[in-house]
Amino acid sequence: MDERIAEMRDDPAVDLTVDGNAIGGMLATMFGVDVTGSPGQCAHCHTVSVVGTMRVYMRGPGVVVRCPACAQVVMRIVKTPTGTYLDVSGASFVRIAR
Amino acid sequence: MAALGAAAPSTAGPATRAIDWQLATVTATRDETPTVRSFTLGLPGWTGHRAGQHLDLRLTAADGYSVERSYSIASEPERAGEVDITVERIEGGEVSPFLHEVVVPGDRLEVRGPIGGYFVWGASLGGPLLLVAGGSGVVPLMAMARHRARAGMTIPTRLLFSSRGFDEIIYREELERLAAAGDGFEVIHTLTRQQPAGWTGYGRRIDESMLAEVLEPLGASTRAYACGPTALVEVAANALVRLGLPPDRIRTERFGPTGT
Ligand SMILES: Cc1cc2nc3c(=O)[nH]c(=O)nc-3n(C[C@H](O)[C@H](O)[C@H](O)COP(=O)(O)OP(=O)(O)OC[C@H]3O[C@@H](n4cnc5c(N)ncnc54)[C@H](O)[C@@H]3O)c2cc1C
Ligand SMILES: [Zn+2]
Repeated sequence: MDERIAEMRDDPAVDLTVDGNAIGGMLATMFGVDVTGSPGQCAHCHTVSVVGTMRVYMRGPGVVVRCPACAQVVMRIVKTPTGTYLDVSGASFVRIAR
Repeated sequence: MAALGAAAPSTAGPATRAIDWQLATVTATRDETPTVRSFTLGLPGWTGHRAGQHLDLRLTAADGYSVERSYSIASEPERAGEVDITVERIEGGEVSPFLHEVVVPGDRLEVRGPIGGYFVWGASLGGPLLLVAGGSGVVPLMAMARHRARAGMTIPTRLLFSSRGFDEIIYREELERLAAAGDGFEVIHTLTRQQPAGWTGYGRRIDESMLAEVLEPLGASTRAYACGPTALVEVAANALVRLGLPPDRIRTERFGPTGT
């Protein structure tokens, strides 16, 4: 796990990462509410972290969201002309506040 | 898990409202430095924000192509019906040069917000407070400083602010005024590229020993907010953890590759 974080830190692309906060608006449009203050659980290492603390890479064709503890992919968002694909297979849950 | 508390439905406040695009009218612009300009956005439908939050701005071309960028809210929550954003002009960028060169008072812009339930600060979170900023990363921290002053708070607060040169210090005069108020707010500058003659502040990039010196008077129960270019935030957050601050008292907002 530590090696993966070290890898993530050595990767020049790390300069392009932002915090989960940066996709708060996009997620709010999808879920109807701001989830950046909500907890989500990584399906790989089971760490629960606030969505706003997750690491986000959004310079590619889609958005990739990684666990701040183990750097595995928690969510992927891809926008296509016909709709938005949300892959949350890397998350055990994300709580959406009422 | 103090950080999770902010997400509880009972305290979430504005964070649980539906967020949609709305039209803002630019009512004023102000040059902060040669490359940084503030815009006042009149927002009749604005529901209020918390210090540290941002908005998304969307530009749409005639052919339907659209591009979105996030901008932190610079103004304090006490100001109703309008917000300020402060934008650094990034050469070759899609959005920031447009805002600088094309947008004038009277223009309308599409915005969505306020956004962010994590990188926020208010009286209920308390202090002491360490704010660490690089370049335009000072913007959401300025909202916190303005909120703190406007609400008459005396929570000990130190802002460590990294700029390239003296003329590139965003909000320089207002920061001087806030620091002169004698209510426990201090500003510590570092100038990374050029220092004027007789400069007594720091003259290098933010590093662990600098953070140790700035943190020392605030003590171990400090709450830290670091914001700016990703590389700077990375250095600051890692150093603060090594200096003994619990990770859940360090909140970060990375702006990406741009900036100082
Ligand atoms: C939550 C949040 C809050 C923010 N708040 C503020 C704020 O208050 N004030 C502010 O000035 N900025 C803020 N930013 C940054 C802002 O959102 C924009 O990133 C910035 O204005 C640049 O946008 P642009 O369209 O002008 O430049 P872009 O067109 O996005 O390009 C910016 C620079 O990055 C380079 N670049 C672009 N894409 C890539 C790529 N794929 N690989 C490598 N390099 C690339 C470009 O060459 C250019 O130099 C914030 C960002 C976030 C996430
Ligand atoms: Zn994980």
